[in-house]
Amino acid sequence: MNERELRGLIAHVKTGRLSRRGFVRRMMAVGLTAPMATQLLAISGVAMAQSPSTYKPTKRGGGGHLKVLWWQGATLLNPHFAVGTKDQDGSRFFYEPLAGWDANGNLKPVLAESIPGREDGTLAADGKSVTWKVKKNVKWHDGKPFTADDVLFNWEYARDPAAAATTSATYKDVKVEKVDDYTVKVLFDAPTPFWALAFVGAQGMIIPKHLFADYMGAKSRDAPTNLKPVGTGPYMFKDFKPGDMVTGVINPNYHDANKPYFDSFEMKGGGDAVSAARAVLQTGEYDFAWNLQVEDEILQRLEKGGKGRVSISPGGNMEHIQLNTTDPWTPDADGERSKLGTKHPTLQFPEVRQALSVLVDKDSVEKYIYGRTGNATANFVNNPEKFRSKNTKYEFNVDKANEILDKAGWKKGADGIREKDGKKLKFVYQTSINQPRQKTQAIVKQACQKAGIDIEVKAVTASVFFSSDVANPDTYTKFYCDLQMYTVTMTQPDPELFMKQFLSEEQATKANKWQGRNITRWSSKEYDDNFKAGQAELDPVKRAAIFIKANDLVIANQVVIPVIARHAVQAMANKLHANMSGWDNNTWDIQDWFKDA
Amino acid sequence: MSRQYVIRRILLMIPSIFGISVVLFTVLALAPGDPFSELAANPAIPPEVAAALRAKFGLDDPVWTRYYHWLIAMLHGDWGFSFASRINVETLILQRLPTTLVVIGAAQLLAIVVALPVGVLAGTRPYSIFDQIANTLAFVGFSLPTFFTGLLLILVFSVQLDWLPMVYRTDISGAGWQWYWEQFKQSIMPIAVLGLFQGASLVRYVRSAVLDVVRLDYVTTARSKGIGERSVIARHIVRTALIPVVTLVALQMPVIFGGALVTEQIFRVPGIGSLLISAMLSNDTPVVMAVTFVLSCLVVFFNFIADILYGWLDPRISYR
Repeated sequence: MNERELRGLIAHVKTGRLSRRGFVRRMMAVGLTAPMATQLLAISGVAMAQSPSTYKPTKRGGGGHLKVLWWQGATLLNPHFAVGTKDQDGSRFFYEPLAGWDANGNLKPVLAESIPGREDGTLAADGKSVTWKVKKNVKWHDGKPFTADDVLFNWEYARDPAAAATTSATYKDVKVEKVDDYTVKVLFDAPTPFWALAFVGAQGMIIPKHLFADYMGAKSRDAPTNLKPVGTGPYMFKDFKPGDMVTGVINPNYHDANKPYFDSFEMKGGGDAVSAARAVLQTGEYDFAWNLQVEDEILQRLEKGGKGRVSISPGGNMEHIQLNTTDPWTPDADGERSKLGTKHPTLQFPEVRQALSVLVDKDSVEKYIYGRTGNATANFVNNPEKFRSKNTKYEFNVDKANEILDKAGWKKGADGIREKDGKKLKFVYQTSINQPRQKTQAIVKQACQKAGIDIEVKAVTASVFFSSDVANPDTYTKFYCDLQMYTVTMTQPDPELFMKQFLSEEQATKANKWQGRNITRWSSKEYDDNFKAGQAELDPVKRAAIFIKANDLVIANQVVIPVIARHAVQAMANKLHANMSGWDNNTWDIQDWFKDA
Repeated sequence: MSRQYVIRRILLMIPSIFGISVVLFTVLALAPGDPFSELAANPAIPPEVAAALRAKFGLDDPVWTRYYHWLIAMLHGDWGFSFASRINVETLILQRLPTTLVVIGAAQLLAIVVALPVGVLAGTRPYSIFDQIANTLAFVGFSLPTFFTGLLLILVFSVQLDWLPMVYRTDISGAGWQWYWEQFKQSIMPIAVLGLFQGASLVRYVRSAVLDVVRLDYVTTARSKGIGERSVIARHIVRTALIPVVTLVALQMPVIFGGALVTEQIFRVPGIGSLLISAMLSNDTPVVMAVTFVLSCLVVFFNFIADILYGWLDPRISYR
């Protein structure tokens, strides 16, 4: 999809010929996120859709005790230091951002009075600033008023390098100004098509200035409020035991009328995903269980307990196979393998990569392993024709693989394994220890066997595989093997960060302690130039088109083979109403959760 | 037993605790894994953040420097803080301690209460029907792993019968009797699983200890004096037979502190065991170090107590 087509689509949305939803779906098909798509529309003058409210209760409180289960409990409750979603989810009971992302990628105001837009000028025409008006009747849990100063403070707090805040990426490159007591302006150096990052969603929760001002930078660990959050949220802090329990009680002065519904809540941590699902679906002890990475077959069996249901929400998780472009088997003098400048003995040939890409039976992986919890994904996109058709097809075709390899001169040897010039098609395929992954490995191995490719599967403990331990040869960043598989997340709404992982300058090497994000070590001048053009591009629509092209390049060159788009899976009690969003925290609209009486 | 001996034993404990700390620290420092790997894998977080945190927490220093810092801090009573929650380690441990002591302590108590009478009865009537049944059950009991019996109990009592909760909570509401009743309901399964597992092996110890004593001449003498069977068992047999059992129980005391990794995980009991396992999974070395170090200190200490007890219970054993 090029820029002109994209402009055409946006025009269709403006005139009403294409629905907003349809537009968002198409953008997702080409590898952009839903929030990115709605931002594109907003900056082009199409107002954001109102996020519909499903909240029914007519008075505050009276809902009793809400019990939710996170099998990894929250370990800290300062959103600026949140390590994983578990910490962000726990913080979200107490702290709130200016706005949150709903499931369709629309912004829903929380502490903001309204969502900035082009109509009232709060979204600058040049894309260099955005003005947020915050609500005036908001009080912190300790009774102090919430003002623009608090918003401003969060920017100062998070951008301080000495604090090493996990939200620093969101705040370090923007400037924030106070306009008046209830208005702040976020300024960008360059026109920024993705304007709703600071103070929005998971990375945007706002902490009170009056309690944290004395604990900036290096002193951040000493703040007593780190352990006893004082926020603006629907629930007030009661008790916190890291890794085990977060409890809270209703905030009687919450700024949204008739909310929240529950009188108190507890967020219990620990245990494993299967028994968490059981506690909601089968015994009904808990109302909600988080992130159930469990085989669908087991979930279905537990659902027969009749106490709850499984809720599945699409997000940005992509299980994919990476093909090594460097030589993982010949160490250099320093012992470094998969080193830049080397070439993979067999994967350097496009026909081998093509053959592999048609040997991944994504349908079977979906059908027999992930079930409802994942969708076989085609390519992100191969060409615009394809994603326009609703039945996008990817291929699983052993015959075609055989044909490709035959044509290129890879002959089967006595052992049934193809070879050419003395190089055999033998690959080591690694992933982390996780049952669905091992089953996927088996499916791929079987298909490859039929095409004369020998696959040796290898499984590494997750805590080693995903560590950045420089001394360990089995980490995914070292990639000391031919193929590897894991999930990348694209929940952060702006694709620029995500697409960095194919940039030449990001290549993971010994010199940068394998911190570079380009794990496949793929290097393409075309991709780099395209990406740089995207970074410098002022026009948001052109920029989006550039990122779509970036996706195309990755897929067309078989740098990676996407396998399954994995959804967020939660269990909920039958009576519980909670909206899930793949673009924000699980508890992003905790103020709206309620139960049928 | 001389005072000199006690002092010498106490002095000997210092180098062994020091040695243990060196070994533990080195092993943890050399183990694969990185507390900030989750940050490194998240593209939304710049690599500088993880690098800054590593530098801030001193993870880039050489192992011996880190050990030196740890040792000096420990001698000042500073246990360090958790990388995951940035809370002081002693606070984390103290939070988990009451639950651990209640659940694991009750399980130990249950084990002793069950094992003592059963073991003694079985030992005094060897190869009787009672002995055979007790023996069989004991074998079954310690052959079945706790993760199996735990799941079995959950399936029966929580899923099928819906009598007992399967998740252990530390914030039960209600006061007075209601609170105790809830607490009882949620503790009964983890305590039973652990207690019966340990009780089963204890039964075997008690039985064989009693068997050793029951045929000794002084027991026959006591019987021939016309003392009733009950008081022969209570006064003459059990007293002597219990000496090795007491040592065994004393040596198991540190386990109460350490918690039970598997059982705590199954029932979500927030004890030291689950703290340890989650710290290990997230490579939270200060917490792992503190828990394992305290545990090994307790083992050393209770070893010492057991040695002293031995000499006191049985004066024939002399130390020089």
